[in-house]
Amino acid sequence: MLKQFTQLLSIQFKEFFREPGALFWSFIFPILMSFALGMAFSDKPEMSQHAAVVIPSTDSSFLKTYLSNNCSKSSSQKNEYQKSVDYKELGKTTTHFIPTTWKESEIMMKRGQIELILTENKGKINYHFDPANFTSRLAYIIVSGMMDGKNLVSTNSVIKPLQTKGTRYIDFLVPGLLAMGIMSSCLWGISYGLIEKRSKKLLRRLVATPMKKSLFMITMFISRFVFALLETVALLTFAYFVFDVTIQGSIIAFAAVIISGSFFFMGLSILLASRTANTQVGNGFISAITMPMMLLSGIFFSYSNFPDVMIPIIKYLPLTLFADSLRSIINEGFGIMDIIQPLLILTITGLTTFFIGLKIYKWY
Amino acid sequence: MTDTNTQPIVKAVNIKKTFKDVIALAGVDLEIMPSEYTALLGPNGAGKTTLVEIIEGIQKPDSGEITLFGKHWSGNKDELYKQIGLSFQETKFEDKLTAAETLKMFAAFYGLNDNRVEEILNIVNLQEKRKSYVVNLSGGQRQKLALGIALLNNPKLLILDEPTTGLDPTARREIWAILHELKKNHGTSMILTTHYMEEAENLCEKIVIIDKGKVLAKGTLEQLIADSKTSEIVQFKVLDKSTFPDFSKFKNLRETQWEDSTNVVTMSVDNTSAFLPEMVSYLNNAGCKISELRCRYVTLDDLFIRMTGRKLTD
Repeated sequence: MLKQFTQLLSIQFKEFFREPGALFWSFIFPILMSFALGMAFSDKPEMSQHAAVVIPSTDSSFLKTYLSNNCSKSSSQKNEYQKSVDYKELGKTTTHFIPTTWKESEIMMKRGQIELILTENKGKINYHFDPANFTSRLAYIIVSGMMDGKNLVSTNSVIKPLQTKGTRYIDFLVPGLLAMGIMSSCLWGISYGLIEKRSKKLLRRLVATPMKKSLFMITMFISRFVFALLETVALLTFAYFVFDVTIQGSIIAFAAVIISGSFFFMGLSILLASRTANTQVGNGFISAITMPMMLLSGIFFSYSNFPDVMIPIIKYLPLTLFADSLRSIINEGFGIMDIIQPLLILTITGLTTFFIGLKIYKWY
Repeated sequence: MTDTNTQPIVKAVNIKKTFKDVIALAGVDLEIMPSEYTALLGPNGAGKTTLVEIIEGIQKPDSGEITLFGKHWSGNKDELYKQIGLSFQETKFEDKLTAAETLKMFAAFYGLNDNRVEEILNIVNLQEKRKSYVVNLSGGQRQKLALGIALLNNPKLLILDEPTTGLDPTARREIWAILHELKKNHGTSMILTTHYMEEAENLCEKIVIIDKGKVLAKGTLEQLIADSKTSEIVQFKVLDKSTFPDFSKFKNLRETQWEDSTNVVTMSVDNTSAFLPEMVSYLNNAGCKISELRCRYVTLDDLFIRMTGRKLTD
């Protein structure tokens, strides 16, 4: 029995560590993501926006006069004008004005090359953009203010950038990446792995021996859990040394959430793999589960931007529960009792899906 | 006291199995005796794999009884799996494990140590590939690995489902050599499913011809030929079909088969030396010209076509 256990466990580790793709997606990718996004949002970057300007052929055009008198010619694009405004704490904002025709400007808008189209009618400037597009709305506020000669930063206010731990974007991002990494690792590692073994007819070969099926599952779980821990430690270590991210709450609570989150996704993986016959279908199932949660659960940006009617549903998505719990421990200093509800939900549903999956599991 | 050598290792009685509307097995009886190599011959969809999977305990029959070593699968799985060795069609082992690691994993299931793994690597001639990943093994080497896994527990019964399909003749003969050695030295019994007549003739003393879920014939090759009441074949090509005369009242001729696409005629005859001169003269008189005349003994292939109306590879 012990020999079976050690052999199966060693095989699980060998399979994982000999697959460069698995190593990359589990360890390197989350670190690269945190680095890229952390760096992108940690400095005051120069903001750049583009507007197409359709200048009328009349001599007395406000737009033509504005570009000639208030903007400089672009050094890189000879037909372009640009105007930069430095708002100190907000950083520098450069607006690029591209004189063109209406037809060309529409093409540029379709291609996402510009945020606004400016036209002129009876002495008034018309701003053409999709009001649902946040970037275009922001560009409209800045450009219209600039054209009206207004100072966009109130003279009666002072901007105080928050740089305390827990309030930065990287503090928001790291717990989300941890949760997403564990979800992906469990679903792709366990579910896809089992489905692949079934489609290769390896599962049926394994069970046509005196192998203990329970040991096979246990060793798969142990190995996946060890990988999840290694992923967590790798990302947290990186975030600590590069961005000074630390766990402000209870380490026990943090460990409990990692365990319950891993357990939930392991249970779900067994359920998904229980009957799926081939990897194409498995691929679809896993993507159908992971993609919506990655978009909705507030991994990269807060889910509060979604319509109010969706928020109560999003809050109870497993990945949201997992990521929010980690965030509250890392950033807000929560203890185990503060996150007991999501902890129980994840653990109980994980156990339920695990047992249902095992009950209906098809080895052949 | 019962003599164990006279008791069948495998006994299948009236096995029936249906998948939705398809009858895979329509009442099959089969007995495998100790040290007996048995070939299950049949075209695709004949029911061979379903039958071996029922014998292997992977599928349950809808009705009928199956026993191995006198025991049913229910409640005896671990015990029976310790006594049999299996190789399925198209099992793919983990790509990034070496041949030795794959064997060690399976050896652990039987409580065997690394010495047995080394023995198996020797038996299946994979010593030089012991550290090669499975993904880097050739088709023949992978089949040898699958055979090695089947042999790990020194099984009394070996069940191989098309172990040489897709292999080149050299690799096929290497596997045959291993199986011959096994029979000679260990007295193992074997059930083999195959598409290759040559394989069945070379390896197995007993042949079971199966088609559309039924056993059409079983016995040694000699018995099957004797049962067919003919042992000689005359074969030739007719150049102009319209000149071919009526042979229906010809002496010593049992059966004539036409292959329309090639104009090849195959005749089952009783006495070739007497039949042949008369046949040539008869054709000459009819003005029928022929080519590629051949005389040979009947083969398993001929019997199979006669019984099923199909070639084995169909």
